[in-house]
This record gives sequence, structure tokens and C-alpha cells, in this order.
Amino acid sequence: MSNDDCLSLQGVTVAYGGRAALEKVTMDVPHGGQVAIVGPNGAGKSTLFKALVGLVPLRSGSIELRDRDADTPAEPIAYVPQREEIDWSFPVTVSDVVMMGRYGRLGWLRRPRAADHEFVAGCLDELGIADLAGRPVGDLSGGQQQRVFLARALAQEPHVLLLDEPFTGVDVSAKEALLEILERLRGRGITILVSTHDMQTAQQRFELVALLNGRLIAYGPPPTVFTPEHISAAFGGHALFLEGMVVIDECCPGDAPDKRSAHDHRADEP
Amino acid sequence: MIHWLTEPFTLEFMQRALVASLIVGVVCSVLGCFVVLRAMAFLGDALAHAILPGVAVAYLLGANLLAGALVAALLVAAGIGLFSRRGAVKEDTAIGILFAAALALGVVLMSTVRSYATDLTHILFGNVLGVSAGDLWVTGALAVGVLATVVLLYKELLLASFDPVLAHTLKRRPELLRFVMLMLLALTVVVSLQTVGVGLVAAMLVTPAATAYLLTHRLSSMMLVSAAIGAACSVAGLYLSYYLNVASGAAVVLTATVLFMVTFVAAPRRGALARRAAARRAA
Repeated sequence: MSNDDCLSLQGVTVAYGGRAALEKVTMDVPHGGQVAIVGPNGAGKSTLFKALVGLVPLRSGSIELRDRDADTPAEPIAYVPQREEIDWSFPVTVSDVVMMGRYGRLGWLRRPRAADHEFVAGCLDELGIADLAGRPVGDLSGGQQQRVFLARALAQEPHVLLLDEPFTGVDVSAKEALLEILERLRGRGITILVSTHDMQTAQQRFELVALLNGRLIAYGPPPTVFTPEHISAAFGGHALFLEGMVVIDECCPGDAPDKRSAHDHRADEP
Repeated sequence: MIHWLTEPFTLEFMQRALVASLIVGVVCSVLGCFVVLRAMAFLGDALAHAILPGVAVAYLLGANLLAGALVAALLVAAGIGLFSRRGAVKEDTAIGILFAAALALGVVLMSTVRSYATDLTHILFGNVLGVSAGDLWVTGALAVGVLATVVLLYKELLLASFDPVLAHTLKRRPELLRFVMLMLLALTVVVSLQTVGVGLVAAMLVTPAATAYLLTHRLSSMMLVSAAIGAACSVAGLYLSYYLNVASGAAVVLTATVLFMVTFVAAPRRGALARRAAARRAA
């Protein structure tokens, strides 16, 4: 791990029962770097994030987080969950949700202070959702809901931001808006890891890509990662090479073969 | 009219019944918000039935029934937490096993007593008119304890209910909070024992909170509205019971049910009519 690295994984292995979901993953992420984590379903993308936030124990290996400043915040890693993991019918407003990002800094039994309310207002402003502050989260569009959870993550003042499948289930304009926000965060030195099925976005909009399928198949700038050998290693028989284009068939794992539909890797997967 | 309203409460036992009903109405309705949002209704019902052996033992020993109920409820809550903690069996399975076993044990114990039928009825369906001044103090103290815990841990309980993953990453111990929640639920069930009984406490936990859920969009306001509904239904149920000469616990529960049905149809945003109108506008 060099001084410029923010996050360093050494031989990280995670297993559920006897089955290894993640095997000997070793990678360093530089400060302020933005990494797309791609791979087929069940490749361990979510497991990697869960390991990073401490939700699943490591069987072996280590995760090291290095802060450029000496003072490490209470919870240096913020995690933006997949849409399906949230109960959207829960009675909370947008500002309630974003305020939860401050809870780590508030002790048990402490009420949010004026400074916390200001900070939350700042995060809402930054993501352009200040006018939604009093609305119930269940009433918002997919793109707005995502920004609420991004605002909550920023309210944690993290050093590392993990976004789990943020491009899934949102429309094109919401996706572009999110990419713009990520661009702005680059300037603030926040290190960002994004898991995604969307290989086109990974290829075009990220400086670093990690291709995962249980183990780390390739990691580096997109041109060095998206090679036919790597793609075959990650997607196996589901990858088809047709005149310079890669077709990946992994729409419906477990379905009967005749029900599967082939997807161009350029297409946004459902 | 005023006379009609005040007449029942000139009797001392009716005054005690009113106070007990209000306490139970408010505590059940506030805690019920978590029961509804965390889908713990089955758990609440099971806890209620599970206190039966505790009450039976206390009864046989001539000890305080509330104390017996309290011990049993806390034991069962801890047992459910323990059985399902590491996913040894699914939680509803753990609940099902303990709940039926405790109920059976309670009936076995109670059936050794001759006046079994009447006493069992009182425990199952409450006997608010028989609340003593001493009972009222115990009920009040437990209620204050439950409500104070909810107020103090509001932030943590909100977080753990809405997003256990964030609660975990912020080191807010969601499994500890779950245990606290189970204990609060156990205390609430004990508090309700005398007014609505073990058979109907689940309704008091769920119905006012579900009604409030349809009317609000913040947890804090849901709790306040739920408490108001619970209190109002308790009073209305007592009047019904007095003037129609019917069982009070059941009258309270039916009042709450009617209110829920009206709200379900007519609530401004989440009601059936409002939703249909919104769907028509969208179409």
C-alpha cells in the first residue's frame, strides 16, 4: 500500500458456510479514485461491499483504510444500498433519512443539534433536493430516491463511498445526473466504488474497473480490463464474441435456456 | 348529554377502569407503531399468550398476577430472541413453538383450579372493571417506563427499524435494539393484561397504529396520532360497555376496528378512495 492509496485489500476471502463468495481479492484504490466493480450475478460484488462495511466477517485477508489526514471519522465508509433493500413504505421524510447519516456522530440518546440540521440542509442543497425535504421518501421517483440516499451518505462525511447497483432501475436522465454528481465528488477527494451491471458506463465513465467473479479477474484502466480473455474468464460460456462486439447472456440466471435473452453488453441490463 | 357522559364515572371502579384503559390505549398504540412497521404483529400476539403460565403460577401461589405475567413475558421474549438469533430456526417458527407451548402450559396449570373457567376468561379477555388501585400504580409505572424508553431511544429505534444495515455500520447495535424492542413489547402486553386481556392485546397493538399509518408520513406523527386514536377508542369502548352492557375489552377493540375501516376507505392520501382517484387522474 503506497501513501497515495486510500483503501487496500489484501487477500480478502469471504465465505458463506463452506462456499467462498469472494476469494483472495487483492487491490489498492488511490485517494479520490473512482472504481467500477463489474461482474456477473453472484460474482461477489455485494459481498465485497458488505465486507468493506463490516457486515460480513472476513475468513482471511485484511482491509486497510488509510486516511490522508490524521483524524479518521467515526465511520469512514458510507454505503448506499440497492433500491430493493429499502422499505419505501416506511413513514420517513427526505430530511429524516438524510439526518440518519449524522447519527453516527451523535451519541446514543442525543438529539440532532442545529449544526446537524445545517449540515443536512447543505447535503440536500448539494444534490438539488432541498425542495423535497419534507416529502415522504415513498412518494419520490427512483432518481430522487437515489439522491436522498446519496445525500445521506454525504451526511456521514465519509472518505469512501460505496454505491451498490446505482444504475439499476433508474432512467437515463437520472443515471446521467448521478454520473455528474460523481464527477463533482471527484473534486472533493472522496474515494468511490460503484458496483454495476452496466459495462458500457463502466468502460466509458470510470478511470478504474475491477472485474470480479469470485476472484478478482482484472483491475486497472478500462482498456486493460475489457479484453476478450478477461471477459471470457468472468462470464464463461455466457460471453459471445461477434465481430468486435461482446454479447453477454446473463439476463435470468437459473432460467431455462430457451427463456434467456441475449444482451448486448452495451445495453443497460434490467 | 353531559349527565350521560359523566354518569358512568361517578363510580369509583369505573374511574379506575377509565385510567387503566387510557394508559393501555396510549402505550399499546405507541409501541404498536414499531409492531406495524417491523411486521411484529404475530410476535405481539404470541407474547400475549405466552404470559399465561406466568399468570397461572402467580395465581396458584397467590402472588401478584402482574408480577407473574411480567416474569413470563420477559422469559419468553428472551427465549424467542435466543432461538432465532443466529438463524438456527426462522423467527416465526421459534415464536410458534414457544407460543403454543406456553399457552398449553398455562391452560394445564389453570385447569388444576376449580374456578378455572371464570379466571381464565378474565385473563383471556380482560376485566377492566376489576382493576384495583394497586394494579393501577403498577400499570402506570410500567407504562411510564415503556414510553420513556421509546422517547429516549427514538432515534436509534427509528434507524434500526428503517435501515438495519446503516444501524450496523454506524455501530448502533441493531440486534441489541431488537432485544430492547422485544422487552418493551413484553412489558406492554403485561400492562394490557387487565383491560383487553391476552386474547385481544394484538388488536390494540396493531389496529390504532395501522390507522395512524394511513394518516401520516413521519414516525413521530404516526406515534402521536396512534396514541390519540388508542386513547379515544379506549374511552369510547368503555362507554359502549357501560351503556350496552357488553365486555369492555372487546368493545374497545371493535371501536378501533371500525375506525380503521373508515380510515382505510377515506384516508386523504393512502385511503382506498384517494388511491382510486389518483389512479384515475393518472390514467
